[in-house]
Amino acid sequence: MAATDFTLKSNIPDGHVSEKWESYKGHVPLVSPNNKRRIDVIIVGSGLAGASAAASLGELGYNVKVFTFHDSPRRAHSIAAQGGINAAKNYQNDGDSVYRLFYDTIKGGDYRAREANVHRLAEVSTSIIDQCVAQGVPFAREYGGLLDNRSFGGTQVSRTFYARGQTGQQLLIGAYQALSRQVELGNVKLYNRHEMLDAVVVDGKCRGIIARNLLTGELERHGAHAVVLCTGGYGNVFYLSTNAMMCNTTAAWRAHRRGAFFANPCYTQIHPTCIPVSGDYQSKLTLMSESLRNDGRCWVPKSPADTKKHPNQIPEADRDYYLERRYPAFGNLVPRDIASRAAKAECDAGKGVGATGLAVYLDFADAIKRLGKDTVAARYGNLFEMYEKITGDNPYEVPMRIYPAVHYTMGGLWVDYELMTTIPGLYAAGEANFSDHGANRLGASALMQGLADGYFVLPYTIGSYLSNEIRTGAVPTNTPEFEQAEKEVSDRIHTLLGVQGSQTVESFHRRLGKIMWDKCGMGRTAEGLQQAIGEIRELRQEFWRDVLVPGRRDEFNPELEKAWRVADFLELGQLMCEDALHRNESCGGHFREEYQTPDGEALRDDENYMYVGAWKWTGEDAKPELHQEPLVYEEIKVSQRSYK
Amino acid sequence: MKLTLKIWRQGGKYKGEFVTYKLDDVNEHMSFLEMLDVLNEKLVREREEPVAFEHDCREGICGTCSLVIDGRPHGPMKGTTTCQVHMRHYKDGETIVIEPFRAKAFPVIRDLVVDRSSFDRIIQSGGYVSVNTGQAQDANAIPIEKDLAGRAFDAAACIGCGACVAACPNASAMLFTSAKVSHLALLPQGEVERKRRVLKMVAQMDKEGFGQCSNVTACEAECPKEISVSNIARLNREYLAASLAGEATV
Repeated sequence: MAATDFTLKSNIPDGHVSEKWESYKGHVPLVSPNNKRRIDVIIVGSGLAGASAAASLGELGYNVKVFTFHDSPRRAHSIAAQGGINAAKNYQNDGDSVYRLFYDTIKGGDYRAREANVHRLAEVSTSIIDQCVAQGVPFAREYGGLLDNRSFGGTQVSRTFYARGQTGQQLLIGAYQALSRQVELGNVKLYNRHEMLDAVVVDGKCRGIIARNLLTGELERHGAHAVVLCTGGYGNVFYLSTNAMMCNTTAAWRAHRRGAFFANPCYTQIHPTCIPVSGDYQSKLTLMSESLRNDGRCWVPKSPADTKKHPNQIPEADRDYYLERRYPAFGNLVPRDIASRAAKAECDAGKGVGATGLAVYLDFADAIKRLGKDTVAARYGNLFEMYEKITGDNPYEVPMRIYPAVHYTMGGLWVDYELMTTIPGLYAAGEANFSDHGANRLGASALMQGLADGYFVLPYTIGSYLSNEIRTGAVPTNTPEFEQAEKEVSDRIHTLLGVQGSQTVESFHRRLGKIMWDKCGMGRTAEGLQQAIGEIRELRQEFWRDVLVPGRRDEFNPELEKAWRVADFLELGQLMCEDALHRNESCGGHFREEYQTPDGEALRDDENYMYVGAWKWTGEDAKPELHQEPLVYEEIKVSQRSYK
Repeated sequence: MKLTLKIWRQGGKYKGEFVTYKLDDVNEHMSFLEMLDVLNEKLVREREEPVAFEHDCREGICGTCSLVIDGRPHGPMKGTTTCQVHMRHYKDGETIVIEPFRAKAFPVIRDLVVDRSSFDRIIQSGGYVSVNTGQAQDANAIPIEKDLAGRAFDAAACIGCGACVAACPNASAMLFTSAKVSHLALLPQGEVERKRRVLKMVAQMDKEGFGQCSNVTACEAECPKEISVSNIARLNREYLAASLAGEATV
C-alpha cells in the first residue's frame, strides 16, 4: 500500500459508499438565489459536460460564461459518440441495479478508479435518462412505446439506452438546446470561436482565464469566481485517433502548468473496432461502434498463409474466432482494452488481414442469417453505410476489416470528490478529469459521466466553494496576475510566429504521434518509454527551432491555433511516457509488456500501484513530481479481472 | 491522380477571387478534406497562405464542414457530408471548383469559412423544451409510439451544417428550422410550447435575413442527412395553427 500523500485531499464524505452522496447533498452549503446573481462562473467547452453544466448552473441563477473554440456549441466532439449511454434503470428486469453498474465500472476500470465517485455516477445515471427524455431526446423505443436497451462490452445486462447510431448527437443536442434556452433567458453568455489559452490564479485561487478571439486574434481577460474545464480528452497526442481534428489538451495543460495536478496520464483507451489506416495522408481514424460486437464476430484466419485470401473463400474450419475461444463467458463482448490487445496479438502473430496486415475481420454473416438483413440494417445501417463510404466495401457481403485506434483518455486533471482540481476554484468535468473510469472505460459510460458531472454533480458541489465567495464581489481583471498571464500568452504567440523555420506544424504532430503510438500505445516497455522520452524532448526542441507558422496573430489563423495546441501536446506526450514508465504493472489500457500473466493478460501490482498517480508541473526541463492518492476499496473485493 | 482546383479565396491578400492550384499526387483513398490538407501543407511549405476551411469530426456528424463543390453543397454524393466524400469518385485530370456556402445570413469570414451563428440564434429563440435539470419524471412515464419516435428522430438528425441554405436559390432556412419544429412538435414533451415555439423560431429566422421558401426542394436534395421537405409542410401547418390561435410572438 502506497504511503498517504497529504497534498491530495480527495474529500470523500464519510459513511457507507451507498450513502455518501445522499449524505453529502444533505449537508453541502448552499448559495441563496440573491447571491447566485452576484457569482460568475466560466465554463470552458460545450460538449456534454460543458453544455449540461452551463445549462444547469444558468437555471440555478449563476452568471455563466461559456467558451468554445467551435463556431457553435453543438459541434463539440461528444456529438460523434455512436453507441449509447448506460443507466441502471433495470427496465429489462435482467438483474441490473445501481450496485451492479458501480461494480461493473470499477471492475472494468481494473480497480484503479475511486469507489465513492463511481458509486455516485451509478446513482445519478437513472436521472440522466429521465432528464434527456423530458428534453425530447428521441431514444430508441419498443412497440409498446417504452424505452429499448442493448448490451455493451464488459457487462452481462442490457442497460444501454441509444438513439440509432447517433446517441451522442442526440444527447448533445438536448444539452445544447437546454444551454440555448439559458442564453435566450440571459443567464448564460456564449463566446463561440474563443479559445482558452491560460488560467489565471490570484492568491492561490483560480480567478479567470485568458482567451483568444479566434476571428480577430485579440486576447481577452475574463474574471470569475470559479472556472470549470469541460475540455475533453487528449487522444490527439497520438496524431491519429478517433477524436475530432480540433480536440486538444491546451486548456487542461495550461491549467496543469498553473498548478493543477495531472492524474494517470498514461491511461489511454484504444478502441478495438476502428477502420484501419490506409495511407500517409490519413488525418484521423473512424470508429465503428462497439455495439457492432453485439452481433458481429471477430476472426482471423487460423493460418498466416490465408491472410491474403478473400475472406469469403476461407471455410469455417480455417477461421479462428479468437475472442469466443479465449473468453467464452463474454465472447465478442469483452471490454475494449482486452479486445484491442487480442486483435494486436493476432496481427503480431502474422494473422492480420488487409493490405497492411494490421486488421482483423468483424463478420455479420451469421447475424444476417439469424436475424435477416432488415433487422441488421435497422440496428447498424448507418454504420454499415459509413464503412462503405470510407472503404468502398459492402459489409453486408464482405466482413468489415477493423483495427484498434486511440479513442478516449481515462487520465486527466486530478479532481477531488467535488470535481475540484488542486487549484481552488478550478474544476474539471467529463473526459477532462480522471475520476470515474480507472484504467479502462466501459462502452457507453463516457456519455453517462459527462452528463452526470454536468447535470447532477457539479451544480451541487460547486456551491460548497462558491458559498464562501458571496462577499468577494466582481473579480477585477486589471490586476498584475491577469496582466502577467496575458503577457505570457502574447509572448508565446509571438515566439511561435517568429521562428519561421522550415517544417510544418502538421509534420511535427505526425512525428509526435508516431513516437506515442509505437512506444506508449497498446504495448509499452521500460526501454521503449525511455527512448520515447528522449525523442519527444528532442522533437520539442526541434519544434521551437524550426517550426513554420504562417500568417499573422491579429487575424483568423487556424495554423497558429494548431501550432499552439501541438506545442502543448509535445509537453504532455512526455508526461504520459513518464507516467507509463513509473507504473511498473499492467492495468486496463496501460499494458506494460514486462508485466503479464502466462496467458497474456494484464498483471496488476496492487501492493505497489493501487493509487492514482498525480503529477505536479515543476518547469519545462525539470522532472515532474509524483503525488499518490491511495485507492481504498471498502465495498468491492479486489480480484484479477476475468471475462473467461 | 492529377487534379486542378479552383478555390474561392477571400481575406488576407485576396479580395475575393478564384485561385487555381494544381495537385499532382492525389490518392483515390484520400478523403476530400485530406486532399485539401495536402494542398495546405504544400502551400505552407511554399510560404503561401493556406486555404481556410472548416472541419472537425470528419465522420459526417458534427456539421462543421461545408463547401460548395462544383456547384453542390457537400459535393456530388447524395446524403453525404464533404468530409465523407472520397477521391475515388473523381477522375485523373479533373478540375474541381470549391466555394463557400453563400447566403446573406452566412457572411464569409475567410476563404471557405462562413459564420453560421444565425442558426444558433434560431434555436435560442425557442428550439427546446423548457425543463430545468431535475424536474423530469421517470423516462418511461410517457410511452411514445415507436414509429412516432422514429419520425421525431428523422427530423432531429439534422446536423445544422447549413447546406439547405446554400442549396436554396432564396437562401431560405426553412428546412433547418422546420426540422427542429417537427422534432419537438411530434413528441408529447414538446406539446406545451408548440405554438409559441413555431412563431418565435419563424420570427427569428426572418430577422436573420434568410429568404422565403418557394418550394424548390433543393434543400432536401442536398441535405447530407436527407431531412425531408415534409417537415416544411409541417412547419407551415404548425405556423398557421399557431397564428390562428392568436398566440403572441414574444
